[in-house]
Amino acid sequence: MSKKITFAIGGIHPADSKFASHRPIEVLPLPPVMYVSMAQHLGAPAKPTVAVGDKVKTGQVIAEPGGFISAFVHSPASGTVKSIGPRKDLAGNDMTHIEIAVEGDEWAEGIDLSDTLVTQIPEDRLEILKKIQNCGVVGLGGATFPTHVKLNPAPGSIAECLIINGAECEPFLTSDCRIMLERPREIIVGAAIMQKVLGGCRCVIGIEENKPEAIRAMSEALAELGYAGIGISVLKKKYPQGGEKQLISAVMGREVASGGLPISVGAVVQNVATALAVYDAVQKNRPLLTNTLTVTGDCIPEDRMHNYLFRIGMPLSYIAEQAGGVPENAAKIVSGGPMMGKAVANLDACTVKGSSSILYLSAKATKRKAAQNCIRCGRCADACPMGLEPFLLNRLYKAGDVDGLEKNAAQDCIECGCCLYSCPAHIPLLDSIRMAKGQVMGVIRARAAAAKAAAEAAKVEEKK
Amino acid sequence: MTGIIIWTIAVLSGLGLLLSLLLFFVAKKFKVEEDPRIDEIEKVMPGANCGGCGFAGCRAFADAAVKAPNLDNNYCPVGGNEVMKKVAAILGYEIKEKAPQVAVVRCDGSCSHRPRTNVYDGMQSCKVKAALYSGDTGCPFGCLGCGDCVSACRFGALSMDPETGLPVVDESKCTACGACVKACPKGVIELRNKGPRGMRVYVSCVNKDKGGVARKACTVACIGCGKCAKVCEKEAISVQDNLAYIDFTKCRLCKKCVAECPTGAIHAVNFPVLPKKEVTNE
Amino acid sequence: MEIQLVSPSPHVHAKASVSAIMGDVCIALLPAVAVSVLFYGWAELLVLGVSAVSCVALEWVIARFLMKKKGAFCGPAALVTGLLLAMNLPVTTPWWVVLTGAVFAIGVAKMSFGGLGQNIFNPAIAARVFLLISFPAYMTDWTVTPGFIHSTDAVSGATLLGKVAEGGAAAVAGTDYLRTLFLNIGGSAGEISTAALLLGFVYLLCRKVVKPWITLSVFATVALVSGVFWLIDPAQYTDPLFNLLTGGVVLGACFMATDYVTSPMSNGGGVIYGIGIGFIVMMIRYFGSYPEGMSFAILIMNMAVPLLNRKFHQRKYGRK
Repeated sequence: MSKKITFAIGGIHPADSKFASHRPIEVLPLPPVMYVSMAQHLGAPAKPTVAVGDKVKTGQVIAEPGGFISAFVHSPASGTVKSIGPRKDLAGNDMTHIEIAVEGDEWAEGIDLSDTLVTQIPEDRLEILKKIQNCGVVGLGGATFPTHVKLNPAPGSIAECLIINGAECEPFLTSDCRIMLERPREIIVGAAIMQKVLGGCRCVIGIEENKPEAIRAMSEALAELGYAGIGISVLKKKYPQGGEKQLISAVMGREVASGGLPISVGAVVQNVATALAVYDAVQKNRPLLTNTLTVTGDCIPEDRMHNYLFRIGMPLSYIAEQAGGVPENAAKIVSGGPMMGKAVANLDACTVKGSSSILYLSAKATKRKAAQNCIRCGRCADACPMGLEPFLLNRLYKAGDVDGLEKNAAQDCIECGCCLYSCPAHIPLLDSIRMAKGQVMGVIRARAAAAKAAAEAAKVEEKK
Repeated sequence: MTGIIIWTIAVLSGLGLLLSLLLFFVAKKFKVEEDPRIDEIEKVMPGANCGGCGFAGCRAFADAAVKAPNLDNNYCPVGGNEVMKKVAAILGYEIKEKAPQVAVVRCDGSCSHRPRTNVYDGMQSCKVKAALYSGDTGCPFGCLGCGDCVSACRFGALSMDPETGLPVVDESKCTACGACVKACPKGVIELRNKGPRGMRVYVSCVNKDKGGVARKACTVACIGCGKCAKVCEKEAISVQDNLAYIDFTKCRLCKKCVAECPTGAIHAVNFPVLPKKEVTNE
Repeated sequence: MEIQLVSPSPHVHAKASVSAIMGDVCIALLPAVAVSVLFYGWAELLVLGVSAVSCVALEWVIARFLMKKKGAFCGPAALVTGLLLAMNLPVTTPWWVVLTGAVFAIGVAKMSFGGLGQNIFNPAIAARVFLLISFPAYMTDWTVTPGFIHSTDAVSGATLLGKVAEGGAAAVAGTDYLRTLFLNIGGSAGEISTAALLLGFVYLLCRKVVKPWITLSVFATVALVSGVFWLIDPAQYTDPLFNLLTGGVVLGACFMATDYVTSPMSNGGGVIYGIGIGFIVMMIRYFGSYPEGMSFAILIMNMAVPLLNRKFHQRKYGRK
């Protein structure tokens, strides 16, 4: 096995806590009612294409993209559309949901439900992209960016390396690890499909060293299938290895310029779960209806931890119930990893395409301590994988110095949480830097808009 | 000994004289020509540099006022009509008198009125909290209680009531500069006319949820029933998105709406007699 | 179900805390403290005790009653200041002078700037310099008190550096460097055992409390500057090893120059800061009127820290 690699700047080593990594994936039964959110992806919300009272089948399109960067949404079960309207998401904010009364699991026509592995990849690149788009595939690594857009870089830019992200650097989460163990061949076919779409570039599957079984399973599957130009790289355990920019640094030794896209250095990064969804979409014609989710935490015994294959639209409370209910001593419920996940304010919210966990944290692990004075130890700056100085950004934000924030690159923050994690004075650094980033991005966007308007005005002037 | 003293004095005085001459000539030579009226206006300004007028400070306001063709868009809320009259006199302009205003907190969602559904554990900042989620109560519209308005107030007019968890405006200190209005991410605070002897009637709620939802989240929420609008003779009350709003330019302080409101969301303050409490708590 | 917490990410935190870090520094000082007590006896224990207790108590009182800020008090941090101050004083210093030093360290040098993390100067060093200027007689009295372990070579009188200031390098010719490394009786508590100090410093490095760059650059600069002068005239100037092992270079470079609050935050800035300290201390030793200049060197470089912080930044991802 080749040398272990990792990214160049910063990073932290939180406790692994992958307690659920040996629990096989279980399929959840369908609940009586499901609510499908229209905002499950980055970009414009989807527009419903069904009406109240319509009968829908599993896998049938129920909403279409609401813009260029948007995605199709499909019915997760067969039944009747009961209502279309606002419902609170896990942050308690209203979002349009389609309510489906489940009346069975009758799949729409043309979907291959068999388990046989299909290795024959379609020849036509555009046909593959169309299938990915029609099946509503989005990035499942966290950002939920529509995959067909990412796999179709703007003309002129060439993909040199497709990086399949199997780092799963967040503590506790084990869903990616489980799919690599249980469906490695499908993931590799999915990677090969994306490789083909991108014009046959190199493909590297990056997996962190703390998942030796997953590395073995993937290596065996790769050897068995024998696709050319796909390799597996073992990554050192370091958070945030699974960050797009960090993974590019680790695998390719290149860095994406501030404000640039990965494709500018020839990289396209896709998660292993996305590769699986791509396989399902292209080879089986199966839309993105399911994803894997871990129920875990530091305050439940291991026999109550699960890896579930859930249907998108199942309420979180239903899944929690299936897993034995919310434990008494859970002080915080998080959807996603403990570093970047969202705290659940409303457990009745429904799962979305990107849901990856229900994480129960005890008060001891998660309750924030009172902030003290900064002692200028510099640990936040050492930990920042973007090479920023969080202590400085925090100060500039409090002083309202937007120019200073931009000069010190607040807009480059990837919100990984390393600074707040490592601050011995418990200063809520990321809370203010996130706000600062918003301010600076606003200024940058306003400037870009003004420049564009000025350029257009100049053009009009020229024509005269 | 005396020689040293004399020398010291001589050298130091000489140095002082030389430098003061230098400063004098430099000041003469590099003097920036400015409209003298800017200085005059700055003198009559309150000098709080609060930015309530929309300019960076009092001098910036004076500068803008001198350059402006009239004073319609330049108004110092802190100094009010009196200061503006003086400014107008200096510039020879007319001013439109404005009624004195005060900041009004339109939320009554104290802990007893609005039960908490979770506990916020992040940075004590309304902005951060609002960006994160809908808040720690069932009402996604009301006061978040982290005190961004309090820290925004340059005049010490706002404070958090530890019992209700809501900000309280000290009317004697409030200058209606509007800093708190800008600081509040939920738009809970509004500048309203102070009213005669401070008497005013307003809807102390900003919840736009449907009646049932709003009421479930908060016992004193406006449920948008529209009874107040029906009872109002001056047509000062409009109901939009399940929320009543009283136009303070039309309200004649009859207080009929206060008696009519089923949830007690309409507040009448600074009225001389005390029937208000009995009425709203019925 | 209980009421749930909600906060922005991240939802977990490293175990690190300010108190734990300062506690680690206290632990790292233990070997040197133990050695000083063993060889200087009750008198040293008194100096340490007065300094440590008064620093912690003063910080608590000021934080609680004058500043009225709960967060301004950090016991272990005050203890570090107290220990460092005591280790910088002669063992014969009267208790009231120690107390005066503690008042200056905590009251003036630390809390008046806003307390923990806000001070410009290292409080222990500021207090030492304050005492050196205010009570020069007490501060240069190097009488050795009887210790719990009796050492045959315990001699009262001028320190090695004091002798150099009097009679040049020739005055200390034939010094046993092995002895100065392990047990150099004479001088302040922090000068006795260089080895004990280094042991503590290694502990700090292992616990990743400090980075080695500042300390190494101080050592390297001291060695380089003294090496150059020593080569020019060995009779006049002392050699590099002598300069590294005597006086406060090790204590200063390991424990006081590396103080988070008053040292630069970046590695690059730290190296410049260390070079500055090393250079200034050698200039004072060779040409100044004081025999030792570590305190002055650190104080002077403390002033340069804001500038160094402004100039040196970490390399940012994706930017040249």
